[in-house]
Amino acid sequence: MIEIEEGGIASTVQDLGRTGHYHIGMPPSGAMDRYAHTVANYLVGNDADAATVEMTYQGITATFRDDAVIAVTGADMSPSLNGEPIDTWATVAVDAGDELELAFATEGARAYLAVAGGIDVAEVMDSRSTYTLVGIGGHEGRGLEEGDRLSIGDAPAERRELVGTRIDNEDVPDYADEDTVRIVLGLMSHRLTDEAKETLCDSEWTVSPEADRVGYRLEGPDLEFEEREQPFGAGTDPSNVVDLGYPLGSIQVPQKPIVLMQDAVTGGGYATVGTVISADRGLLAQRQTHKTVTFESVDVDEAIDARRDQNARLEEIRADIEGEE
Amino acid sequence: MDNERITPVDLPEPRYEYGADDHVFVELAEEMSFTANFKAMAITQQVAERDIDGVVENCPANASYMLRIDPEIIHPDDLIAELKEIESEIDLENYDWETRIIDVPVLFEDPWTHETLMEFRERHQDPDGTDLEYSAELNGFDGVESFIDAFVGAPHLVTMVGFVPGLPWCFQMVPRNQQLEVPKYVEPRTDTPSRAVGFGGAFSVIYPVQGAGGYQLYGRTPIEVLDTEQTLPDFRDSMVFPNPGDILNYRRIDREEYDAIREEVEAGTYEYNYENVSFSPEEFFESPAEYNEQLMEVLE
Repeated sequence: MIEIEEGGIASTVQDLGRTGHYHIGMPPSGAMDRYAHTVANYLVGNDADAATVEMTYQGITATFRDDAVIAVTGADMSPSLNGEPIDTWATVAVDAGDELELAFATEGARAYLAVAGGIDVAEVMDSRSTYTLVGIGGHEGRGLEEGDRLSIGDAPAERRELVGTRIDNEDVPDYADEDTVRIVLGLMSHRLTDEAKETLCDSEWTVSPEADRVGYRLEGPDLEFEEREQPFGAGTDPSNVVDLGYPLGSIQVPQKPIVLMQDAVTGGGYATVGTVISADRGLLAQRQTHKTVTFESVDVDEAIDARRDQNARLEEIRADIEGEE
Repeated sequence: MDNERITPVDLPEPRYEYGADDHVFVELAEEMSFTANFKAMAITQQVAERDIDGVVENCPANASYMLRIDPEIIHPDDLIAELKEIESEIDLENYDWETRIIDVPVLFEDPWTHETLMEFRERHQDPDGTDLEYSAELNGFDGVESFIDAFVGAPHLVTMVGFVPGLPWCFQMVPRNQQLEVPKYVEPRTDTPSRAVGFGGAFSVIYPVQGAGGYQLYGRTPIEVLDTEQTLPDFRDSMVFPNPGDILNYRRIDREEYDAIREEVEAGTYEYNYENVSFSPEEFFESPAEYNEQLMEVLE
């Protein structure tokens, strides 16, 4: 069991998300940075879908009431155990009574704490992910607070043998440098003027303070729409369309672009003009407020290749870790 | 009530679009029509029936639909080829589907949405009136009462569910020249009471939870569309009540009935008044007013 002493700014229990309910308005939720979440799980011998604690900007302080095997990945929040710094992207042993403390993120925005056996909260619609808007999943459907107790799932004793494993440096992302996010233009992009389409891909966009698990609002130049007589049912503003489904990662343009993230609104009446590719959504989730991003337009096959590459890399990491057991 | 028929619309060629590597979005029409919506529902039903490997989400929308896929199992282009095949085989004239007709009691001009709409008056087109007064005037009615009469005068079809869990977008089942249409707020509100009944574009909605919103506010229903605890009997199988294709019959109620229903909902005993019906687009198009009346009879 883990006892939370400080909950951080926005710390939630997440796995790979719930699927099959988007059509009733239920977003997948799940880890914002799937890569970091998955590596953390692999380092402690879990499956990719085990639940971790996702921490935003400021990590948790917590005391372990049982021996455990943990890994911290993602944003660098300078984790320490009983005051002694511990490795990140590495497997670490924890003894009952140890206090884990994470500080403010120096690089990246989201860190993941995996524990061998996974965070054991009840599943809602086959997922342990927290969706705070309606208060389901995770720990009581909300962010972690002082006094919360998280159960840990059962894990075989051999997991201790993983302690000391660290993934190769080349597999550790350098979040400070990752400012290019690949997108596939399309959806309703024909509604933008040609100039606006260029502006979307040529500009530096700044992550605004309104950037959370629902969406990332970006600051930058204005994007103009083609003038038209609005179709019946769409509404009067040129950015309005007859309400439609929003892909995860899609960029909608009410005024300034908003990229929809894991707790996305599933549909609505603003024109969507492109979609961040699945392999890069985690990179965007690691961009801090006031940092910039640039969109690079790629075609659908490049997007699929990037996804394959990321999955192949995760599979190699998993196989390497297993080899050390 | 006149018995004007609804003319099916000739839809343009569907527009197939990639939502990055893992979504396919298909626009059936830019403008809203029953034809576009029925087609979206028919195609997504076919997709569900075929149980296509690699399709992980299947979402019909008002005049479009979207699928989320695992592109390592099915390439978007292969899926699009199959969707085109399905599209060419759909024949709405011979399509019926099972749906529900649901009684939705509404307290119009309720104190809660009234307080909210007055609070956000400076974000509205008409800072001096109410949302209902504005909508009535814009749609050529002589007052709020006759506007509400039109709003409840024919049922509303759930043409899409989403935004947040359980929010139904509904399109009133009348010919185009009787459709109500209103703009959304000039600037969205940061607050809306839960269970508020609103209208924007050509769609009525029920807000499941308190939160932001930009639709004109008309009233509040005592019944829930989302029950995350699943305590109410009708939520045993799903925490969301409305489904795409359901037919909502908004019914005007007074404060006394509102409070009585609310008490039952809060006690966890309220049971929805609904009936299963078979819906035939062809019969509906032929004689909407008469067909709606037949549908409503099952609720009595």
